[in-house]
Amino acid sequence: MKTLPVRELVLLAGLVALVAAIFSRVGPAFGVRMLAEAACYAVIALGLTIQWGYAGLFNVGLMGFVALAAFGTVLLSYPVNQAFWQGAGPGMLGWTFVTLVVGVAITIAISRSDRIGVPKPLRMALTLVAAAITYLAVQGQLDPAASVIEREAGFVGGLGLPVWIGWAFGGALAGLLGWVMGRITLGLRADYMAIATLGIAEIVKAFLKNADWLTRGTLTVSPIPWPVPTPADLGFVASRSAYLSVVAIMIVVLYVLLQRAWASPWGRMMRAIRDNETAAAAMGKDVNRRRLEMFIIGNFIIGVGGAALITFATIFDPSSFMPLNHTFLIWVMVILGGAGNNLGTIFGALLVYVVWTMSEPAALFLFRQIEVIGGDLFGWQAPGDLATRALQMRVFVIGLAIVLVLRLAPGGLLPEKRMRYE
Amino acid sequence: MPEAGLLTVLPMNELVFFINKGIIAGLISGSIYALGAVGVTLIFGILRFAHFPHGDMMTTGAFFALVLLVLFPGAGAAVGLPTAFVLLPIAMAMTAVFAVGIDRVIYRPMRLAGSRPVVMVMTSIGVMLMMQGGIRLFAGTGTRQLYVAADSKDIYRIPLGGRDIVITEPQLLLFVLTIAAVIALHLFLTRSRMGKAMRAVADNPDLARVSGISIDHVVRTTWLIAGALAAAGGTMLALDVTLKPDLSFNIILPIFAAAIVGGVGQPYGAIAGGLLVGFTETLAVFNWSVLLRPLQPLLPEFIEIPGRITFVPTEYKIVVPFFILLAVLIWRPTGIFRGRLNL
Amino acid sequence: MALIEVDAIHAGYGGANILNGVSIVVEADEIGVIVGPNGAGKSTTLKAVFGLLSVSEGAVRFDGRDITNHTPESLVRAGLSFVPQEYNVFPSLTVEENLDMGAYIRRDDYRRLVDQVYGFFPPLKDKRRQPAGELSGGQRQMVAMGRALMTEPKLLLLDEPTAGLSPLYMGEIFERIIAINTTGVGIVMVEQNARQALGFAHKGFVLAGGRNRFTGTGKELLDDPEVARSFLGGGD
Repeated sequence: MKTLPVRELVLLAGLVALVAAIFSRVGPAFGVRMLAEAACYAVIALGLTIQWGYAGLFNVGLMGFVALAAFGTVLLSYPVNQAFWQGAGPGMLGWTFVTLVVGVAITIAISRSDRIGVPKPLRMALTLVAAAITYLAVQGQLDPAASVIEREAGFVGGLGLPVWIGWAFGGALAGLLGWVMGRITLGLRADYMAIATLGIAEIVKAFLKNADWLTRGTLTVSPIPWPVPTPADLGFVASRSAYLSVVAIMIVVLYVLLQRAWASPWGRMMRAIRDNETAAAAMGKDVNRRRLEMFIIGNFIIGVGGAALITFATIFDPSSFMPLNHTFLIWVMVILGGAGNNLGTIFGALLVYVVWTMSEPAALFLFRQIEVIGGDLFGWQAPGDLATRALQMRVFVIGLAIVLVLRLAPGGLLPEKRMRYE
Repeated sequence: MPEAGLLTVLPMNELVFFINKGIIAGLISGSIYALGAVGVTLIFGILRFAHFPHGDMMTTGAFFALVLLVLFPGAGAAVGLPTAFVLLPIAMAMTAVFAVGIDRVIYRPMRLAGSRPVVMVMTSIGVMLMMQGGIRLFAGTGTRQLYVAADSKDIYRIPLGGRDIVITEPQLLLFVLTIAAVIALHLFLTRSRMGKAMRAVADNPDLARVSGISIDHVVRTTWLIAGALAAAGGTMLALDVTLKPDLSFNIILPIFAAAIVGGVGQPYGAIAGGLLVGFTETLAVFNWSVLLRPLQPLLPEFIEIPGRITFVPTEYKIVVPFFILLAVLIWRPTGIFRGRLNL
Repeated sequence: MALIEVDAIHAGYGGANILNGVSIVVEADEIGVIVGPNGAGKSTTLKAVFGLLSVSEGAVRFDGRDITNHTPESLVRAGLSFVPQEYNVFPSLTVEENLDMGAYIRRDDYRRLVDQVYGFFPPLKDKRRQPAGELSGGQRQMVAMGRALMTEPKLLLLDEPTAGLSPLYMGEIFERIIAINTTGVGIVMVEQNARQALGFAHKGFVLAGGRNRFTGTGKELLDDPEVARSFLGGGD
């Protein structure tokens, strides 16, 4: 029986009204920027809803995947750095790479040496020794290479390829990291997986932040080229609108693909696995393999969305990926919108991001009032860093939103429509 | 070789450096991780979810100590110990009550509604954000000292001929406190009625209920202990270095690693795990070249010992607990101490 | 006045009812045995009595007092004790600590009760410092019953105390149950080994499909040819 999607329409109308009000207040340039960023977040949220809503995978390392994908985009799409290619760097890096490949090959060969009858304890010891030597050798070559590159050229630069190739490559990097992580963590219970993904995100960030030769580290890389003409050519409103439409098309394509996949036998199997893992396993489904697929696809989408988000900002700054503000903002989008419901997720992303953006001036305004009232009534002297403190209010509110949604509406605003399948 | 001769041959300065920068530093971070990990492991054993805001619970405890410090700046001078340490029992009590309060307001209703463990974990992440935001809101993002002017940051030196073994007063107090906490916890869990009931609930909650054990009381006691130990760890950490809100997020990964290494639900395992993670982390970034340098005269000319030999560059310290964590999760998900310690 | 009186209760998990009117009456010094095929609702009856799942119709009276849907904790205080079929010890606690947990609600000195349990189950005395999880199945069953006795219950509910035990241990456990009963503890037990259990039962209840099919003394049921044919199997 088909009923009118009243709930969806009401929520959508509310969102449109909210956005319109903001547009009229802050002007189109800022408004379009907000929408473009919200759209990028929506892509990331779709990736997360696949992992959490469809497969029940607990990924709290979102910023690691986003940062890696953004780095991938920089590596492919940033203009070529001639100083690097003409210097000694490429040769040294080449040798480092050769060392790495040889070392890994030897280590793997030793770890497989049971086939020629090497006993297990000895094999284990030899493998560890080989791995340690490989590590030391690679580190020993990489360090001088890194300092030569930093001295000669600053950092390796990019390849100057079109930015959409960069996005795809970034997404692929994130997917690859997801594959590695998934192989390790998917068999674990959810809390362990959360801890593990949190850890990997910290490590990726530590690497990107400290590998100056590769990423310029805290010096940041900018500007990352856009897939559409930049504000310098078209002006803010037109170029940002063009960017917004690129991301919007991406969302539509993703949405259609996901809806179709979800209705297919493959999607049915995924739901079966999520709802009753034991039964699905008993029916001969390879549960962990299916979940690995979900994890990789989800991370690919997260990566592409993240790359688009960072490209829009035009600056790659490894120290700007904050787990607290960003990762859990995306989580709120997914849980509030309705995990496992694509439309709900997109809606949640837009709503939460709009509210998030507006919460900054709102919090500042609120605290200014408190300061004034407090001063008038009690002679209260506000601390000097009140503005930075006021912004922390937003972190508190994200947390509160998570707690309240989970408590009051665990399915979100647009809960997943559970189909009954006999 | 006679004793005296051995001593002159041994590179004493280098050894002392190793003790100062390796052993003592490892013991300190290990003790702090242990104090946190015991709470995480108890909560996991009783309530069955990973308590993400535990690092913030530690910071909260330290901030309670800071508030007390502002209120009673003279308390330390009266006893001759750092003021924050003298006021620590009050801060521990406050944090314990705070932890119970959070359970009452947030976790308990979810428990009664029958939420799944994953939802509890997500809720705990929400609580983590609320606490992080709250702490920064009230205390700002800056760095603070947990000392009042009257406090002396005593430094003890144990002379050994050349370089001295150096240990500061807060470090010494931390060791004493950790050992006292371990003993108290042991006596509580094995001797007291409530301690045994906690272990019983961790073992078999259904049977505990059938025996007439009030799960509510056990849960409350768990939060009291976890909160008090978190406050102790957080305050001592802030005394040893400084107090800043970012403390908590950096510390949660090693604490989880310690709890999992020790086998979740096993307090003694958590203590051992904390020390293990602390030592590994410290020794991984320790500059071994200092210890190898005395060997230089013995080596042929063409081998030169580099100025810096570490297993892991200092910037990547966070990688260490993570790899310990992964290694344990892959090879021994039950923790390395299961079966040996009976708890 | 009967010690325990289960009056036509209905109960189940979620929507589906498993019990559709089960009645049981056992006097203060009696052993009542519940037998019946799998899925008849035997264990469910015990759980419903002990407040582990809610009774939708009917009533449970203990010592003349209505205890329908009371919490397990309050029932323990009222003088009931329950030994589940599985997971009935605290594996990482020692034998003596398991007994301590049985006495959790007591505030007096219960040393004599610990000695009494060791009197009923002598093997436990030597193992009292050993974790219960390291004991054999039969010894674990002893720990479980010992734990339940620590409250000095008037009524002991036993869910298949001999499940999974060797015939040797089975006889020993039955002997202990009779010994416990002679000290004045009423017993309601579910038992798969129906023939042996009915041999010493004062009252027997044959359940099927969540209802009483036959009720009588143990001897009456054993002698009833229809019970024997339908529920007690051929010989053994």
